[in-house]
Amino acid sequence: MASYADTETLELPRGFDWRAGLTWLGGLLAVLGMYMAVLYAPTERTMSHAQRIFYVHVPAAWVGFLAFGVVFVCSIGFLWTRRRSFDLAAHASTEIGVVFTTLAIVSGSVWGRAAWGTWWTWDPRLTTTFMLWFIYVVSLMVRAYGGPGSQSGRFAAVLGIVGFLDIPLIHLSVVWWRSLHPLPVVVRSEGFGSGLHPAMLQALLVNVAAFTLLYVALFGIRRAQMAAADALAARREEQRIREGTLAREGTR
Amino acid sequence: MSALTAVRHLVWKDLVLEWRGREILTAMVVFSMLVAVVFNFAFSPSPADAVRLLPGMLWVTLAFASTLGLSRSFVLEHDHGAIEALRLFPFDPSLIYVGKLLANLLYLLAVELLVLPALAAIAGISLLGSAAPLALILVLGSIGLVAVGTIFSAMSVNTRIREVLLPVLMFPLATPVLISGVRAMLGVLAGGSLSAVMPGLRILIVFDVVFLVVGYVIFEFVLEE
Repeated sequence: MASYADTETLELPRGFDWRAGLTWLGGLLAVLGMYMAVLYAPTERTMSHAQRIFYVHVPAAWVGFLAFGVVFVCSIGFLWTRRRSFDLAAHASTEIGVVFTTLAIVSGSVWGRAAWGTWWTWDPRLTTTFMLWFIYVVSLMVRAYGGPGSQSGRFAAVLGIVGFLDIPLIHLSVVWWRSLHPLPVVVRSEGFGSGLHPAMLQALLVNVAAFTLLYVALFGIRRAQMAAADALAARREEQRIREGTLAREGTR
Repeated sequence: MSALTAVRHLVWKDLVLEWRGREILTAMVVFSMLVAVVFNFAFSPSPADAVRLLPGMLWVTLAFASTLGLSRSFVLEHDHGAIEALRLFPFDPSLIYVGKLLANLLYLLAVELLVLPALAAIAGISLLGSAAPLALILVLGSIGLVAVGTIFSAMSVNTRIREVLLPVLMFPLATPVLISGVRAMLGVLAGGSLSAVMPGLRILIVFDVVFLVVGYVIFEFVLEE
């Protein structure tokens, strides 16, 4: 059996790997962030230590929304240009977004148990985030069962656009329905961070930076993996054709 | 061919097919009656409860019934390759969306016309006093349901898990319609005027406009092979 090595060599990436660099940087910042969250930031007056979940919850939710923003932009890019790289980026971002949104929902639920005495309420932000999570889980389903070739990517892109545009409407409708979530303490009209103790704000910002770096690193790694899987499938196909067996295989 | 003529022909084609086969409407009506009966088994509401439960029961029934109809919407076109023939016609392929949407909307409104009085009769409440506001809420909500549903029905028909995928695609997206529809209808049934449920109506209108436009623009990306 002929191997790829007979005809060409696969190039391994050389030099500084920015993905590894970002992973390390994000990891170190996350350690610092956890230190600041647990030991540096003062204890909250009414919620006590339960408030410290905030330093995980807010960055996770932020990254979740950021990821879905990226999905929205990449989906438009994919439908517009048909470049596979946009599709891969949207796919990678959907996966990471689902993970971080899950983390945000679970951490919020634990906090809610301590602060509100209940694991779950149908508050606008909780509900919106939950529906957002649903939309992107379904988007992963579309990618898994969406049909041959580029079709599943196209359908997922349509859902990425329609779903993102739906989020404000879902939020509005739930606001009209009911509201319980604590009011914004970081971004508000009295000035950035005015609702927080300075040390709390610093701890939060370090964690947000750490989570964001980790998102970018994960995104880069996942995208590279998907591109490699694509290239591998293309080579397998090529080899089959060369060997005269035309059995086809999906790219993923 | 002007856009209007094209849409008229597209809708007419669907209605003729439906009249000859009567597959979709029969299934939708029988199914929604059954769901209504099951709800009454499940909750056995007293007349006092009924007013509170009716909007929720109605909208859940409609959401289920609409996925049933929508899942059949593109099956003929897909299985017989007729969608390719439609795309060969010299009109904007997005008009296929408009045509399907109108046909689906007509089916859903027909079902509502039968189910709402039936539900009210079973529950023993009279809706005649607030018929106009209820009709407005129903029409606005139905437009929203079929606006997103038609996009997703064209998508799911091309996948391996058609009928399974459609509701999971549609329900999260239709959340604003379901919430606003139920709350607005509750408000009206509780004796409120239309202005009392204006926030809900506004959400329904915005939802309809946004997804009619988005659906029209994005539909050619759904169709393309």
